[in-house]
Amino acid sequence: MLLIKNLTASINGTPVLKGIDLEIKAGEIHAIMGPNGSGKSTLGKVLAGHPAYEVTGGEVLFEGRDLFSMAADERARAGLFMGFQHPIEVPGVSNSSFLRLAYNKKAEAEGRDELDPLEFDDFIHEKIKLVAMREEFLDRSLNEGFSGGEKKRNEILQMAVLEPKLAILDELDSGLDIDALRVLGDAVNRLQRADRALLIITHFPRILETIQPHYVHVLSGGRILKSAGKELALELEERGYDWVLEASAAGGAR
Amino acid sequence: MSSTFNVVTSQEYKYGFVTDIEADSAAPGLSEDTIRFISAKKGEPDWLLEFRLKAYRHWLTMAEPDWAKVNYARPDFQAIVYYSAPKQKTPKYASMDEVDPELKRTFEKLGVPINEQAALAGVAVDVVFDSVSVTTTYKEKLATVGIIFCSFSEAVREHPELIKRYLGSVVPSSDNFYAALNSAVFTDGSFVFIPKGVTCPMDLSTYFRINNKDSGQFERTLIVAEEGASVSYLEGCTAPQFDTNQLHAAVVELVALDRASIKYSTVQNWYAGDKNGLGGIYNFVTKRGLCKGVASRISWTQVETGSAITWKYPSCILLGDESIGEFYSVALTNHKQQADTGTKMVHIGRNTKSTIISKGISAGDSSNSYRGLVKVQPKAEGARNFSQCDSMLIGQSCSASTFPYIEVQNRSARVEHEATTSKIGEEQLFYFQQRGIPAEEAISMIINGFCKDVFRELPMEFAVEATKLLSLKLEGSVG
Repeated sequence: MLLIKNLTASINGTPVLKGIDLEIKAGEIHAIMGPNGSGKSTLGKVLAGHPAYEVTGGEVLFEGRDLFSMAADERARAGLFMGFQHPIEVPGVSNSSFLRLAYNKKAEAEGRDELDPLEFDDFIHEKIKLVAMREEFLDRSLNEGFSGGEKKRNEILQMAVLEPKLAILDELDSGLDIDALRVLGDAVNRLQRADRALLIITHFPRILETIQPHYVHVLSGGRILKSAGKELALELEERGYDWVLEASAAGGAR
Repeated sequence: MSSTFNVVTSQEYKYGFVTDIEADSAAPGLSEDTIRFISAKKGEPDWLLEFRLKAYRHWLTMAEPDWAKVNYARPDFQAIVYYSAPKQKTPKYASMDEVDPELKRTFEKLGVPINEQAALAGVAVDVVFDSVSVTTTYKEKLATVGIIFCSFSEAVREHPELIKRYLGSVVPSSDNFYAALNSAVFTDGSFVFIPKGVTCPMDLSTYFRINNKDSGQFERTLIVAEEGASVSYLEGCTAPQFDTNQLHAAVVELVALDRASIKYSTVQNWYAGDKNGLGGIYNFVTKRGLCKGVASRISWTQVETGSAITWKYPSCILLGDESIGEFYSVALTNHKQQADTGTKMVHIGRNTKSTIISKGISAGDSSNSYRGLVKVQPKAEGARNFSQCDSMLIGQSCSASTFPYIEVQNRSARVEHEATTSKIGEEQLFYFQQRGIPAEEAISMIINGFCKDVFRELPMEFAVEATKLLSLKLEGSVG
């Protein structure tokens, strides 16, 4: 589904990604972990097409297509979704009209029927149950005045509406209490299918207890230093990141 | 793939065509003779000529205001044509059949309903082309309930006592430089009179069109709502695309007596000049409403999208106790446009209330300023004001400023002012794009959300037009 080959990227001329190789297949869940400033979030933003980052080298294929030949909105309609660490607030734009426009853009691109406001109303009422969101949040302005947890809930609601092939979830756990984390983790698990894939970007291993990854990668200094199965997450929880960094510096971590 | 956020082009102005029509024009230049010429053309009574001359003599002593945050070459007042009218046999068309077909086509092209059969249901229109009113629809129907809706010139002939009583009663001829100029040379406009207790059964509307390259448009609008009367009035305007600047200096006066209500809505789309700032209308307008009676209400709603320079402060004088003044404004500037606009709310009566909601949107290299005065006079016991001024910036080279002036001379008054500045930046657009929404649609959605509090004050037809207009004006604002 996603093939990243020797990807390098920079922001304002400063290299942030220094050669990433990663393959994500349909049905897989990958976790990218690493200390703050390691480049984890950058990887997500570069894949999603954030304009502040410049791709300086390498190649990314998404479903066999050259990802970087597609504009950010095109990537989204092709099925690439990113759950934001800090979702944007947009006053005056109702959450439901935003969700409907996003849904219809994708439907249009896939040649499916667009939903009118009434049809969408039925559709969205099913979806909000999945993330246990209260109905009133649909009529409120997009993310405006939402708490950190409510914003994250809204991100997963958007994921449920768009049903992406590949969802990149950037620090889903930040700002969430344990109960909310479990609800959203369960929702993400229910959305996962054999023809979809997940890339979880996180600093803390806790979220991986709910969303269990097949692979865990440690990213630091713009490179993947270590890749292993989910047991690596547990090890990181016990030992922290330093040992991976040190082992890598000594040349043995891989 | 560095930052792709910059401003490039915008939709071409689709009203920029010129109507080729024979005009009856005065020679360029301004003098007492010009004023006598205009007055004679219109067959005006002596008192009106005196009103004009007095205004002109005062104007000669005045200096053009320079406090607004706008830069432009001062108009050459001797190069302007102060009277230009499509040639016609009779002073006023008796019926639509007599209107020059070329003119009819012009307004059809502009989408202005001058033909009653084809008109939008429920909107009566006065159509002003350069210096004269071409036609007024639904006049007879409105007359059956005692409403007067006609061109200003006709009102001077048919209802001189009303004009004499109210002309200059809200905006004195010496009020400011452009109001004085208008008082001296105004040519036409609309007059509305809603008698006691009557609710106007349809929206009234005036459509202004500047066609002549060298002419200025100096129209005068006067709306009087007697005790308990109410009316909703709409104003629209366009002009052809010329490389030179045309001057538009209008005066609008509203008078609301006891418990009367006037709602005045404008969608201003004068030609704004090209993207390098060549050409465009100088829009220097004085609009003021007098809430003269107890519990009267005047509400201004404006969507300002055109003109090279906008200098405009629709205001309310809250004289009657418990009167209410409202100002809802969206001002959008793009390219080299400059707008300095806002309002004045002057609280004189007790328990008077005012609300100001201003939304400024700047794109390109434009400059957009809100300037507003809230003044509470000593006797305005219990006066209340709420102001909210929000600015939105699109791109890096535009600017937004807010100049709120607050003068309170009564301790029981409550005045609240809130202001925000936001930016449609990369992060916001990226968020929308990441959900599959293209940048243009994202901007349109963000802008409409930003302007929602103002748009919902507009009559339905206007709200739809305003939404489309803003999207058009910003088309191509992000690359």
